Parts: sequence; C-alpha cells; structure tokens
Amino acid sequence: MRAAPTTTGYGAAIRDGFEYLLANHPSVFTIGQGLWSPWYVGNSMTDLDSQFGRERVIDTPVSELGCTGAALGAALCGYRPVVIHPRVDFMLLAVDQLVTQAAKWRSMFGGQVSAPITVRAIINRGGEQGAQHSQSLQSWFAHIPGLRVVMPSTPTDARDLLIASVLSDDPVLYLDDRWLYGLEEELPPIEERNLAQEGPRLTRTGQDLTLVGCSYSAHLCREAAARLSANGIECDVIDIRVLNPLDATLLIKSAKKTGRVLAVDGDWRSCGMAAEVIASIVEAVDPRVMRASPRRVTLPDAPAPTSNPLERSYYPTVDYIVQRGLALVGAQQETFE
Amino acid sequence: MSASVIGRSTGEAASLGHLADADRYHEPISIDPQDTEALLTGLHRMILIRVVEEKIGDMVSQGVVKCPCHLAIGQEAPAVGVASYVRPGDRVFGAHRSHGHFLALGGSPHGLLAEVQGKDTGVSRGMGGSMHLIDIPNGLFGTVPIVGATIPIAVGAGIAAKMDGRGDMAVSFFGDGATEEGAFHESMNLAAVMNTPVLFVCENNFFSSHLHINLRQPDTSVCRYAEAHRIEWARADGNDLAAVRSVTKEAVESIRAGNGPRFLELVTYRWRGHVGHREDEDVGVKRKDDLTAWKLRDPISRLAVALDSIGAIDRQQLKRFWTEAHTVVEDAWATATHDGYPPAKALLSRVYSGGMAHRQ
Repeated sequence: MRAAPTTTGYGAAIRDGFEYLLANHPSVFTIGQGLWSPWYVGNSMTDLDSQFGRERVIDTPVSELGCTGAALGAALCGYRPVVIHPRVDFMLLAVDQLVTQAAKWRSMFGGQVSAPITVRAIINRGGEQGAQHSQSLQSWFAHIPGLRVVMPSTPTDARDLLIASVLSDDPVLYLDDRWLYGLEEELPPIEERNLAQEGPRLTRTGQDLTLVGCSYSAHLCREAAARLSANGIECDVIDIRVLNPLDATLLIKSAKKTGRVLAVDGDWRSCGMAAEVIASIVEAVDPRVMRASPRRVTLPDAPAPTSNPLERSYYPTVDYIVQRGLALVGAQQETFE
Repeated sequence: MSASVIGRSTGEAASLGHLADADRYHEPISIDPQDTEALLTGLHRMILIRVVEEKIGDMVSQGVVKCPCHLAIGQEAPAVGVASYVRPGDRVFGAHRSHGHFLALGGSPHGLLAEVQGKDTGVSRGMGGSMHLIDIPNGLFGTVPIVGATIPIAVGAGIAAKMDGRGDMAVSFFGDGATEEGAFHESMNLAAVMNTPVLFVCENNFFSSHLHINLRQPDTSVCRYAEAHRIEWARADGNDLAAVRSVTKEAVESIRAGNGPRFLELVTYRWRGHVGHREDEDVGVKRKDDLTAWKLRDPISRLAVALDSIGAIDRQQLKRFWTEAHTVVEDAWATATHDGYPPAKALLSRVYSGGMAHRQ
C-alpha cells in the first residue's frame, strides 16, 4: 500500500527553500527584522537561526534602509544575502537601496558587476489592519529595469522561485502573501532553476476567456475558473509568476485564442500590473481578433480601510471575478452557486 | 541620588576648534623623517589628482565634458592618506566627489578621463560618467551621487569581510552633508552592534552643496555622532597628509585586529563649487572671505615645502612631478578623446546578467 502523500503549506514551503539554500550554498545568509522571533514571519523561517547559526540568520536593529544597503554591500562581495521585510509597508524605507542602488549597479557600472541580492517582503493585509499595514505595491517595483520581481502563488513556486531568486545574479524582489499560507500541496523534489528562464505559466486551459493574475490574484483566478467552468465557460488561467521583466508571449497567445481578457491584480488600478498586462496584449493582438474589450479587476484607488464592511468590499473576491467573467462573455448571471 | 538627569553633551566631539579657522595651519606640515618615502609617493599622487581634476575642470568650462563633475581640488590628502593603508581584499566606497578616491587607489587617469566623456573604454564602460566610478581590481567597489547611499553598502561589504575572516575591511568615504542622512546613522549603529570591520571617513569640507554646516547642524564637528554610536573616532587636519596617515594607520590596525568600526573626521575645504569648474565664491556663508585663506592650507604645497626642508625633495624633482603628471594627463585625454562610445545595444544588454531580460 502506498503511503499517503504528505502536503506542505505555502509558509512551510518557503522555509524548505531557505533550508535548502542555507544547507547547500555557503554564500547565502538572511538578514532582517524578526528572524529570531517565533511569529514575525509566520512559519516561513521557524528555527532557522538555531539550525544554521545566528551569523547566517541575522536579526537586526529597526533599520530597513541600513540592512538592505548592507545586504547589497555583501552581495557585491561574493555573498547571496536575502533581506527579509516582514511587511511591504516597512520596506518602503529602503526604496533607495532597492530601486536607485541595487537595480542600477550593473547597468551604471557598464555590466561589470553583479548584485545578487534578494529582497523578500511579505504582503500582510486584511484583518482591519488599515492603510499602512496592507500594501503590496508590486506594480511600483515591476516598473524598475534591473529589478526582477517574483510573486509565487503556489507552495511549490514559493519554494522553488525563492531558490531561483537567490541563485540569480540579479537583484530580485520576492513577494509572498500571508493569504496564501493556508494553501497546501504535495511538493516535487527541489530543482534549481534559472530565474531568467521562468515566466508566466498557463495553469488551466479553456477557449472562452483568459484570466490573468499573480500571487493571491492567480489563486483567485483559479478558483473563479472552476466556478465559471460549472457555468459552461472555460478559461485559460495564467499565473504571471515573474512580473518584471515581463515576458508577454503567453498572454498574447492566450488572448488571440480566447479573444477575451480579464486581468486581476491585488494592487491599485492606476498604472498597475493589470494595466501592463492589458497594454502588452492590445499592442500585440489585432483588435478584430478580440471578442470584447479587455477588463481589469483591481483594488479601488483608495488606501486600505480598517472598518470591516469597507474592507470586505475593498479586496477582489472569487465572486466578483466570476461576475465580471460572466459579463465579459455575455452571460447574464451565474446559473448556480 | 537623583532620579532624573538632564544633559546636553558638548566638548571635544562637537567642535572643530582651530581646524575651522581658515587663517590657521598655513605653515608646512610636520613630518617624521621615517615616513619620507610614503609621503613622497603621496605627494606624487596628490599632484596627479590635482592635474587630472584641473583638466576635467577646464574641459567642463569648455563644454567638452557635460556630465556633472564634482571636483575635489584642495582636498586631495584624505583620499591619498587613507588609500595608503588600503590593501588587496579591502573594499572602498565613495560618493559624488570621488575622482580623488579613484586615483588615490591607483585608478587609471585614462579610465577616468574616458568615463567623463562617456566612452566605452571608461572605468564604467561609459555608462557611469563622473559620478559612478568603479575599479574593483584596485579596491574601489563603487561611487554614487545619492548622498549617504554607499554608507550602508560599505557596512555590508564589511560584514562580508568579517565572514571571509581574512582581516579585510571596508572603507566608506562621505562628506559632512551625508551625516544628515538617516542612512548614515542606521549604518553607524549597525556597524557598531555587529562589530563590523569598516572605516568611516568623513571629509568635512564645511559645505553640502551651497549650504555651510553652520546652517545645517548645531555643531561643526561630526565626531559627536561616532560618540553616540560608541565608535572610536579621530579628527585630523585633512590637508596634512602626515596627520591623515597617522590617524588612519591607528584606526586600520584596530579594525584589522577585530575591534569593530572606526570613524575619522578629516577637516578640509574644496576650492571649486559644489559642481562644475567654477569657484562659486558667491555661494554660501563666508566662502568669498575664506577661500583665499584656505588655499594657503594647500595639502600639496605644505607637504612639498616640508619635504624640501629636510632635503627629501628639491625644486627640480618637484617640478618633474608636475611635468610628468601633465604629460600623463594630456596623453590620457588625447587617447580617450579618440576612443569609441558604447554600442547601441549596451543600453539593454547591461541591465540583467547574461545580457538579456528573459528567455529569447
């Protein structure tokens, strides 16, 4: 009799990635606030400090900028540091080091230097946390040439794209989402991948509608596609995975097939990732091929509220994506729940 | 015993004292005859830096060099003095005014003069200009113009050096303006708490852009910040190569022995404006009154006279130093002028490793 498959959650899969990196790559170390705490970063780094030593799992003063800069400095000297910001919101104090330093050092020094720094920031929102404990901001960072932006939506990707990010010779922003920590799956054996070879992935196929999202939004798209299928509407679902540099090949191919695109993003609408997805498609696809104008589902252009009813209407849901999907294909309403 | 304390720290760490007085320290510097050879080498290097920067200033004034150039004419001694204790394995970081740091570490005049012209043969392959210099073989890991930005990067290079365990150190050059940035304070604290081998070198030239330190800070000396972060500090006349070498030597020995970071404040003055070739006498408090006096605190002539007085150099040899420097610089300039620009594809091929954004 075969043993029952063991599943691993998203947070534990991130920890598996760290464990693999620290065990197999002596040049890797981690630095950030809360790494010696049992709760700052969920279960994603539990006990790594006792397993690998506090010289390689470094908890720090409250200095986001200083620590990110220090990691960059170590990256320029042969190490592969991972900076951990337990919330995206606090990482913004380090934007100079990420955007104006790390992302530019290779280009502005003539391609002579690598800055293999990975900055991992956690999207942590909901729960009435409000405007300053909710941001994800992937669209901002995906705007920056030289900065690879990675957002895994499954436990396997959470582990393997973390490993690929850290082993990349370029600066990488790796964003994981606490709302995905409940996802579980059976993990395949670890395989070191070249991040430059990773990009958007088709996770479901259908001919009626293309749903595109990243991270938690990709998860919502998968759930919505299952519901739409029950209504006779079959979707291509594309998980973007690597937001920058964006390889739009798959998006374009899918749009040509379905003629209908719904771009979903958990970031704001204006100048956002959903806009980039749609622009990449409409520039490349003959408008006569499109059966409907592409649409997007995003956060409303407002800071996150704390009040519960407002918060419930703030974040995109599976229900809402299903409704928008039905409208896009011309169906009036969902036939059953 | 009182349950409360009220304090207002002043004293040695807060005031530059006589070093702030432009009318002092005009006399030849004091030298230890045992140090003669190193000082002669240093004099040679300071003259080269002066001549290179005067050339760049002339080319800026003629409109030939267009990228923003921040000249360090008058403040050559901190770069040369500190660089003389940098060894292979160390990693040095600079800022916007770093031609001197680059040359002091042994950088090629041609590489710099090509870079300020945006040529592919420049040290940053024409992608950096004056403000982004790199020369890893000589220990210069990068200079950037975002004020204070390389200070935490240098601390990280120090953390890496400590992990390597070979006694190497990082050096962070910055100006007095950078001590007003949060990055500076975060870096000093991090280096102190992690016992990091990093030498912080503040070249206090009294000005951040147009604004005098008296209008930016309550005290003129930045050593008080080192005291706040429990980092041992030393201050020296930054236009006295022997004094710079002396405080550097002591600090570097301590760093290499594993005693954590050190801080140096080297008091100096730039003869030119914040950016460009002009002297900008009309910019900032007392600059018009002070510049003439500060030129009498010239790090080159004060050292040259001192060496002459002990018979270590004669006028002919000194003249030869200058002539040689001019020849080197003119040759390098002429070569760089004929060099090519980066190819068009460099715009995209140098952004990501492997020369491409993603699978092709």
